This record gives sequence, structure tokens and C-alpha cells, in this order.
Amino acid sequence: MSTTSPGIWQRVRAGELRVLPVVGLLVLVWLVFQVINPVFLSSDNLVNLTQQSAVTGVIALGVVVLLHVGQLDLSIGAVSGLAAAVTAVTSVHWGWSQGVAVLLALGVGLAVGLVYGFVHTRLGVPGFVFTLAGLLLVTGLQLRVLGPTGSINLPFESPLVHLSQRAFLAPAVSWTLVGLVASGYCAARLVERARRIRADLPAQSLGALAARCGALVALLAVAVAYLGTNRGVGVAFAVFVGLVAVVDFALRRTRWGRSVRAVGGDADAARKAGVPVRRVFLSAFVLSSTMAAFGGVLATGRLAAANQGTGDVELVLTAIAAAVIGGTSLFGGRGSAWSALLGVLVVQSVSTGVLLAGGDFAMRLVVTGLVFSVAIWLDAVARRARRG
Amino acid sequence: MSEPVLSLRAVAKSYGAAHALDRVDVELHRHEVLAVIGDSGAGKSTLVGVMSGNQRPDAGEIVVDGRAVTLTSPAVARSHGIASVFQDLALAPNLDVVENLFLGAELTRGRLLDEVSMEKQAWELLGQLAVRVPSVRVPVGALSAAQRQGVAIARSLLGDPKVIVLDEPTASLGIRQTAEFLTLVERLRSRGLGVVVTSHSLVDVHAVADRILVLRLGRVNGEFDASVATQEELLAAVTGVEAHGPGAARGGGAR
Repeated sequence: MSTTSPGIWQRVRAGELRVLPVVGLLVLVWLVFQVINPVFLSSDNLVNLTQQSAVTGVIALGVVVLLHVGQLDLSIGAVSGLAAAVTAVTSVHWGWSQGVAVLLALGVGLAVGLVYGFVHTRLGVPGFVFTLAGLLLVTGLQLRVLGPTGSINLPFESPLVHLSQRAFLAPAVSWTLVGLVASGYCAARLVERARRIRADLPAQSLGALAARCGALVALLAVAVAYLGTNRGVGVAFAVFVGLVAVVDFALRRTRWGRSVRAVGGDADAARKAGVPVRRVFLSAFVLSSTMAAFGGVLATGRLAAANQGTGDVELVLTAIAAAVIGGTSLFGGRGSAWSALLGVLVVQSVSTGVLLAGGDFAMRLVVTGLVFSVAIWLDAVARRARRG
Repeated sequence: MSEPVLSLRAVAKSYGAAHALDRVDVELHRHEVLAVIGDSGAGKSTLVGVMSGNQRPDAGEIVVDGRAVTLTSPAVARSHGIASVFQDLALAPNLDVVENLFLGAELTRGRLLDEVSMEKQAWELLGQLAVRVPSVRVPVGALSAAQRQGVAIARSLLGDPKVIVLDEPTASLGIRQTAEFLTLVERLRSRGLGVVVTSHSLVDVHAVADRILVLRLGRVNGEFDASVATQEELLAAVTGVEAHGPGAARGGGAR
């Protein structure tokens, strides 16, 4: 039984381990901006950074799922804007409870995704084409729902505003979560290792396993401890990270996730192998739109308002940029849910960092665009390396 | 002779005015390798498509173990015991060997993928077929053409099929790899499977087939016993020149 596997460097080059270089990129970005302005790595700024990441991050997570099947939805900004408008109108003008308003907004996102999924599977048109039509349609709906004033303010004391702006996990809660996640992860690894040994398969050494667990514990502990010297871990950010973990688990450990990656790699091959390709496309479009709607809901809470600018083009582009910068391939079938988190941290760090360095909005767009270009270039190079 | 495991009776398929298959009869038994040869456009791919459930015939009957079946998709065909290896192999290049082997039929524990059992079975299966890969955890896109084909054939064996259909299996292989492939087909036959192999290479199929069916312009243009048929007879049937040598069991598609 052969146990040789390709070296780490080869796997990085071929794009199997794209997460590793992204971590390097994030560290580099942080060091550069820290040198320019020592405020950058202050716990206050990092807490702001994490809180600002949640909206774009949730939308980027939807982009990651859709990119896995090789599709792009350009209307995610419009969908998030519509969801924001629906949340605000139903809760402020109609007096609905915010919980119900949020559910309706998510339902709107889900419905848009269903329509896209049907259009794609019945007509076979690439997503980025018909979602342009969707962008116009949904933006029109958003403006109509907002009404003549074009802007609706949420009461500052409402639960949604509180949760997405000012709510932070209590230290006890943060540390309990760290403990649960770390012990759960390590226990699962140990069980898997024991099963592999029993099945006579090559297994990780105990030392390597301990190193991985230790690294995870250290990472979580340092993050929670450092953010804790300021306001702590924001609820919105915690929810975002939780969603990333759930999507990552679904992509790697369930039949659905396997089907998603297979469809993104070669849809025809997947169909011949018996994968329900249409349902997989449908689920990916639905997830992406629903995440976009959830992003819109969070944005409403963060701004305490929904207006015509909620979910503008910049949000779409940064969400897509974040997914690709984080290491999810534009060509389908390769990536990781964690690229939404890493990518959005890079993008958000760049925009905050440029402002702290005295740059303006134009400068911010240029730098983000440059980083995005490099990510696309790396993606294309990795693809060519795989084809040999 | 025993009852055929798979028979196609008067199967027809047209694309517009073109008859891709015109009332074709095929019988396949267990422990038998049937080669289907013919020129480009003779109807080999359509025949494979019909057998594998990838294409629906316009007319005719497909019988598996004495029961008439309707094959609406490759998955349905597989549930009736007919597994196919397509010319393009239908592997996802970004998935590793284990993931491809079990694609669409993953083993689960609870609701989660059972990677340990799948990996173990993958090694066993590849070992039985003597398919050598550096690791079952490398993406299939990084393997050689022969290794990829081994993976595709191994996948078709999961779920214990009765019939395995191989479409143009030697088209992308070198000489040594073709020789390895032919021993692999013999291994399949000795497991009791009925094997259908299409090819445009007379030499390759002659080496491994028990019977050879020649298609020409969508019709059966001769059926030969591989042990006695000569290259000249086969070539004549492929190109349409009538020839009735000692190997011809029947010619011209008539019973």
C-alpha cells in the first residue's frame, strides 16, 4: 500500500492548498499597514475590522458556494439591497416584529435563487449573464419597495440594530465557545485517526495531530484574548464565522458538498456518475441569494437604515473579490468556505489600512483592484499548473 | 447457449433524417467479451449510448436477464446492472481517486461521508484490478491516461454490475498501456461479467474479444467468432465489401 502524497509546495502550486498563501498575504498586508500607521493592529481597530467584515463576508460566503459550481451571480448586491428594503419597510412602516421581517427578507432571497436556479438548469445560460437582467429587475424592486423617500431609518434601540452594531459576546461565552470548538475538533480528529488505524489505512502521527490541535487552540485563544482587551468578539462577526464553519463542514463532509465540487469540476461527468446536477445548481443559486439577503439584513442593522445605496455595485465587487482573493477558483470546483473569511479580512484590511495611511476612496479602489488582479492571476497560473 | 444477460432487439435511433441505428439486434452473455467495431459514424457511440442509458432509443426493446427495461439515465442503467465507462471517462478532474470512485454513490455514516470505509474499499478494488496509482488522495486530473481509465473502470465495478460497457477504451492509450488494458478486460470476463467494448482498432479488439459485431451505417453488417475471423473479413465488413469467409456467423444483418 503506497502512502506517498504530493509535497506541500506542489499542492500549493496546483491550488489544492490555496488557503496557506492567503494567510501569508493577510500577514503581509497587516505588517505593511502596521508599519505605516501603528494604530492598524490596535485591538480597537481590529474589533472594528471584524465587525465591518460580517456583511461583505456573509455575501462572499454565498459567492464561494456558487463559484464552487462554476457560476457567478452579479445581482447579489441588489438582492441584499432588496432584503434590506423589505426588512425596513415591513418592520418600520408595517409594524411587523423584526424577526418576521428578517424571515421574509431571507425568503425573498431564497425565491430569487430558485428563479435563477430554474433559469440556469432549464436554459443553460451562464449565471453572470442572466443575473445581470436580475440585477436590473431586483434593483427596480428595491427602489419600489423603499418608496418615494428612498430611505428608511430603523429605531436605534431595535434588536436588529443592537445585534449587528453593539452586541458583543461576553468573555465567558467567547471562552466557552473556544473550548467547545477546540475540544470538538480534536476529538473528531482522534476518532478519525483511530478508525483509520483500525482499517489499516495510513494515519496522521499523534504528534502531527497534537500540533494541529495546538495551532487551532492557539489561534482561537490569541484572537479572543486580543479582541477581548477591547470590546471583544462581535455577535455579527461570530455569526459570520459560525456560518463559514457550517458551510465548510457541509462542503467537505456531506454528499451534497461532494456533488457541488463534482459539478464544478465537470458537470457532464457528474451527471453521468449519477449526481443530480440540476438540484445541485439549484441549491447553490438558492444558497448564494439567501446569503446575499442575510448580508442585506445585517447591513440594515449596521447602518440602522435601508436606502437606495444598500447593496451597491462596490459591495458586489468586493464580495466577489474577497471570495477569489481568499482562494476560491473562478473556474469552479476548487476552493474553501474559509476563503470567504480570509478574503474578506484581506479586503477589509486593505480598505481600512489605506484610509489609516491617509489614502482616499480612489486609492482604496486601486489597491483592492490590484490585490484582486494578483489573485486572478494566481488562480489562472494554478489552473495551468494542474493541466501540466 | 445460456440466456443472454443483455439483449437489444430491433433498436433504432434517428437524428433527424439520419439513421444512427437501424433495427439493431445485440446479444451478450456472462463471461463474454463482445467487441463492436465500425467506421466513424457507423453507430457505435449511439449503441453505447443506448446501452448505458445516456440516449433513449426511438424504437426497440432492451432486455436484461429476461426482463424488458427502460433505461432513462446512466443511473437507471446502473441500477439494472449495466455500468458504463464513457470515452471521456466522466471523471471530475478536481476530485481525488476515492471521491471519483464513489461519486454519486458515496458511503455514509449517519448523514456524513464515511471517508475511511471508502478509502479502504478503493484500495481493495484498485488492487484487485492491479490498477496502480501513487495515492488514492491525488486529484484525478494529475494521473496518467491509463491510470484515469483504471479508475473509471474500477468505478464501474462498484455496485456489482452484470454488464460493463467500455466505449473506445484504447483510443487514448499507448501500446504498453493498451496491453495492460486488454489483460484488465480479461480479468473482468473471468469475474463473470459480460463486457462490451467498442473500438475502431481491429487489432486491439481481436486480441480480447470472443465475438465481434460489425456496424456499418447504423446496421449490423456481420457478426464474427473472434477465434476464427480474419482481419480481411472484418475489414471487408467494416468497409461494406461483402465477404463470407469461414469466420462469418452471419452477414448483412439478416438472421
